[in-house]
Amino acid sequence: MVAHLVRLKLALLRNGLRRSPWQVVGLVVAALYGLGALVVVIVSMAVLSVQEPDIRGLVTVLLGSVLVLGWWVVPLIAFGLDSTIDPARFVTFAIPRRSLLTGLALAGVIGVPGAATVGAALAMAGVWWRTPAALVVGLLCSVVAVATCVIGARATTSAASTLVTGRRFREVMAAVAVLPLIVVGPLLGRLTSGATVTADLLEQVADVLAWTPFGASWAVPDAVAEGRWGLAAARLGIAVATLVVVAVVWDRALAHALVNPAHQKVSSKGRGLGWFDRLPATPLGAVTARCLTYWARDPRYALAVAVVPVLAVVLYIVSPGGGLVLLIGPIAGYLMGWGISADVAYDGTAFWTHVAAPLRGSADRLGRVIAAGSIAVPAVTLLTVGSALITDQPETIPALLGLSFGVLLTSLGGSSVLSALVVYPVQLPGENPFQTKQGASTASVVSQLVGWLAVMVLCLPEMILALVAVRGGSLALGWVTLLVGVVLGSVLLAIGVRVGGRTLDRTAPGLLSKIVAFA
Amino acid sequence: MAAPTDIASDITPEAEASRTDAAYGGAMSNAPALELRGLWRKFGDKIAVSGIDIVVPAGSFYGLVGPNGAGKTTTLSMATGLLQPDFGTVLVHGHDLWASPVEVKAMLGVLPDGVRLFDRLTGEQLITYAGLLQGLDRETVAARTTDLLAALDLTADATKLVVEYSAGMTKKVALACALVHAPRLLVLDEPFEAVDPVSAANIRDILGSYVRSGGTVIVSSHVMDLVQRMCDHVAVIAAGHVLAAGTIDEVRGDGSLEDRFVDLVGGRVSGEGLAWLRTSSA
Repeated sequence: MVAHLVRLKLALLRNGLRRSPWQVVGLVVAALYGLGALVVVIVSMAVLSVQEPDIRGLVTVLLGSVLVLGWWVVPLIAFGLDSTIDPARFVTFAIPRRSLLTGLALAGVIGVPGAATVGAALAMAGVWWRTPAALVVGLLCSVVAVATCVIGARATTSAASTLVTGRRFREVMAAVAVLPLIVVGPLLGRLTSGATVTADLLEQVADVLAWTPFGASWAVPDAVAEGRWGLAAARLGIAVATLVVVAVVWDRALAHALVNPAHQKVSSKGRGLGWFDRLPATPLGAVTARCLTYWARDPRYALAVAVVPVLAVVLYIVSPGGGLVLLIGPIAGYLMGWGISADVAYDGTAFWTHVAAPLRGSADRLGRVIAAGSIAVPAVTLLTVGSALITDQPETIPALLGLSFGVLLTSLGGSSVLSALVVYPVQLPGENPFQTKQGASTASVVSQLVGWLAVMVLCLPEMILALVAVRGGSLALGWVTLLVGVVLGSVLLAIGVRVGGRTLDRTAPGLLSKIVAFA
Repeated sequence: MAAPTDIASDITPEAEASRTDAAYGGAMSNAPALELRGLWRKFGDKIAVSGIDIVVPAGSFYGLVGPNGAGKTTTLSMATGLLQPDFGTVLVHGHDLWASPVEVKAMLGVLPDGVRLFDRLTGEQLITYAGLLQGLDRETVAARTTDLLAALDLTADATKLVVEYSAGMTKKVALACALVHAPRLLVLDEPFEAVDPVSAANIRDILGSYVRSGGTVIVSSHVMDLVQRMCDHVAVIAAGHVLAAGTIDEVRGDGSLEDRFVDLVGGRVSGEGLAWLRTSSA
């Protein structure tokens, strides 16, 4: 049975590769990445093993802890990353739980992360080759550590998934989880540039980690090498206890999941007709109302909005008091305007509602633009004025507003045309935003790039004007920029909606059959 | 719960018929409700539909039956403007669908199979959305939405998001969206799949009185018994071809529709084959 599950995992991997050449490319890239990381680990372990003074214990504990922590936490954020061998799929088969447990754990090692982890663990044991006793103990402890990684990952995910079956909760979690990751890079950069990391500090961290579930198994060979057998036994105890605990947690969670298959809880309720009551009762009003409702209820749109303030914070952290923050207005204008370039793809197969209705393409385009615009215009205004005030340059406001609105209107027009021409696979609502959809074609990447270039070129007039106005500090030129940005942007938007509408009248059934083929 | 017949008397296809015919400068009541001429469609190397001709007379209740993968959904998608045919013509009440899609689609009510809905809307919002897209005014949409929710037993779930509906409820709300503008021709792909028996009976009543008031319905189904009882015309398609078409009595001859279907399509395997499945042999 265990062999069956491992074979199943291999078959799933193989069939996935057969489905699309992009899957092969993805696997090759991942494999190269994993191999690269592994080579780095092996080489540094080789160097480390002959290094004086002896910091083998320090490095292996730190590195190993990060590895275990990664296995436990990353799948939590990246929910359902490997759903191919989701225990829920075995509910209907009479498989003894012990076999299922072992089989799924072994199957979890198959794949690039698993293989790389095994390699790294062996390399980290190999670092002790000069002390045979420590090497033997180290190899045994690597096995414990890898098992802790894999089973721990299963334990945390299945424990969390029994807690988190509500749709809303999962969506919010998935969206919220992205935000700290975006901020954490720059923040770390600032922190580390301030406080220098000393060897002492690392030593202290490693000492603590050696007594935690993350580092205990990696710290055993170090104690053996120093001949402190009591210490080694204590750490081994922690490591084994950890493995037992995660195995039991997983076993319990699995037992629970097998008899209580996950189901969606009924939670949210809408109130009345919402935007449909407040906007004109026309096809255009209906499309606008539907899009506005989606901007609020669909986490994919909410994410696009949530990223903008985070970006402002990032720009501020990168250059406090500097001019970079002033760019947030135009950047937000581009992001929010370009946000609807995948609108038809986001609709998914539900787009049939528009195709089956006697709806003009121009009404479809304009409704989406109005919905996006009514959120983007206040947001962009707020960010532009705010960024100018925060950097104490209020005289730049007209010029910056001109540029921001120019970019916003132009990209709204551009995306109106683009989304009538190209669709590509996107996440379904509620899917993990980390999971990039397989099969995003070259055409989609190229079309995004061309669209971006086109927007940049079409915005050149207000860009140059804004640059001159801000550099020269000319308020009059700033007002000219505002006028040019708004007028030129509006004209381009009108053209975009018109052309996009005509195009959509022609392409809508074709787009729909492409979306159906993705699903 | 409101009786289903209230709906049909409220939404009559005839009232809409005079509107659409006027737009074309004259009555076209002699033309069949739907006429498919030589439809072809290829997906990659696979020919899904090869030269289908079907005439659906106005005022008929037309069943489209066929084994899995016969091309039913592809045919109905092409007949409703959701999928461009490679070759062939679709005439709805004499008007070419693919030549003037916007005008002709106003006459159609569509329930496709295997696609999502805008499921972040509540049931009530979704029906309202469908009505407004068809150009109905606010009061009409509101009144009909209330009626449809009641007739399809969805009133209690009207303010729930469609994403949280069960499969059967989703089917019913999609049907409501197809009905809300009182179309002259209803094209329903598997309307009874996953729907409970009581709701299915209500839907049959609604469709029956809709046909009696002059509307035309075309449904696809796997359930022969249902088609035989409900429809007056039927077409059997398999592997992208029409094998038989006409009134139910013409097609089935002396036997039941199911027997005739099996004769036409073939592929019956004797039930004696799986000897080990008999529990006594274990």
